Amino acid sequence: MNNTQDTNQKRRQFLLKGAAVTAAAVAPGVMLHTAVVAKPLGEAVTDAVRWGMLIDAAKCADGCDSCVQACNDENGLDLLQKPQGQAEDLWDQQIPKWIRNVKVKDNLSGHVTNLPMMCQHCEEPPCVDVCPTTASFRRADGIVMVDRHLCIGCRYCMMACPYKARSFVHDVVEHKLTRAPRGKGCVESCNFCVHRLDDGQTTTACQDACAKEGHDAITFGDLNDPHSEVSQALKEQSSTQIRADLKLNTGVRYRGV
Amino acid sequence: MKVRAFEHGLLLALAVVLLSIASVSSAEEKAGWKNGTSLAATQEKSCVRDTAFMRRNHMEVIKHARIDTVRKGVRGVDGSLSECIVCHVNKDDKGVPIPVNQEGQFCAGCHQYVGVSLDCYQCHATVPTH
Repeated sequence: MNNTQDTNQKRRQFLLKGAAVTAAAVAPGVMLHTAVVAKPLGEAVTDAVRWGMLIDAAKCADGCDSCVQACNDENGLDLLQKPQGQAEDLWDQQIPKWIRNVKVKDNLSGHVTNLPMMCQHCEEPPCVDVCPTTASFRRADGIVMVDRHLCIGCRYCMMACPYKARSFVHDVVEHKLTRAPRGKGCVESCNFCVHRLDDGQTTTACQDACAKEGHDAITFGDLNDPHSEVSQALKEQSSTQIRADLKLNTGVRYRGV
Repeated sequence: MKVRAFEHGLLLALAVVLLSIASVSSAEEKAGWKNGTSLAATQEKSCVRDTAFMRRNHMEVIKHARIDTVRKGVRGVDGSLSECIVCHVNKDDKGVPIPVNQEGQFCAGCHQYVGVSLDCYQCHATVPTH
């Protein structure tokens, strides 16, 4: 046991020294970090980037659902049709939603907070922990996704998610988009508009829509880049993780909640 | 005894291969896609690999691409299903794309003929969209 610890210590010291030498050699006084540059189409994503989001609930306007509409449009959710004969209220409960409008009221003061709630892209995602087929997975760049090729529709991840972020597709899907494949029997959730990011874009549909409305409540970017807009915003003012007690290290942070 | 079993196996395999080649080519004729209006049929674009290879191995090519794309974010690869559809979709008289899984179209033509179920389009779009 001691031997192992010894070895580990030595290895750790060696690595630290190595890192110091490399840092000095690269450029003294200049920190090495990668700015968000468009990833070449044919290359795999790496953990050099961690996509994340900051949502300022104070700027989120009551009654506005432009982010939800934009998400539905971008990801083909508005193409889904109510199965014939299904009751309206059941459809309302079951229709896939990637963003939910959540309204929280403080009973003591009566203060109302609006916020969009979606997949929080945890570093330690409970949905990935429980998935029996590895369909639920976390990409190297921090995006938590469902691989529909492997999803068996058991919905264990829906039970495990503390944010109620996942939806299940209950019926055959007639109209599909190339960028957002979808079919009966699979679970799905927000993927930070992954088709855009893979295409070299650096914004999500909800963020664009919020900015267009003039609210600017959503900031999106690379959490690993200290100079990105989202990192700067997080550094400047305090923010919170929803259910921080679960220690999931969420990629989506909130302000004003 | 073992050698004989091996020979029998070899013969059987050969028969299966020959049969499948024959059925693929006749399925194409039946499907009629060769005279279609797709980019591939009009020879405006060539496939990512030669036809003989693709006839036998397209499913492997697509599967490899799907794993790279979904799990690693690699896009624009050879074997991307959306690219298959872009090239192989036929258009009707008004220029509207016909779904590739419709009877007699590029995908369904062969798959129906040989009785192999086609699951891609439970989720994937059958005509080029955004």
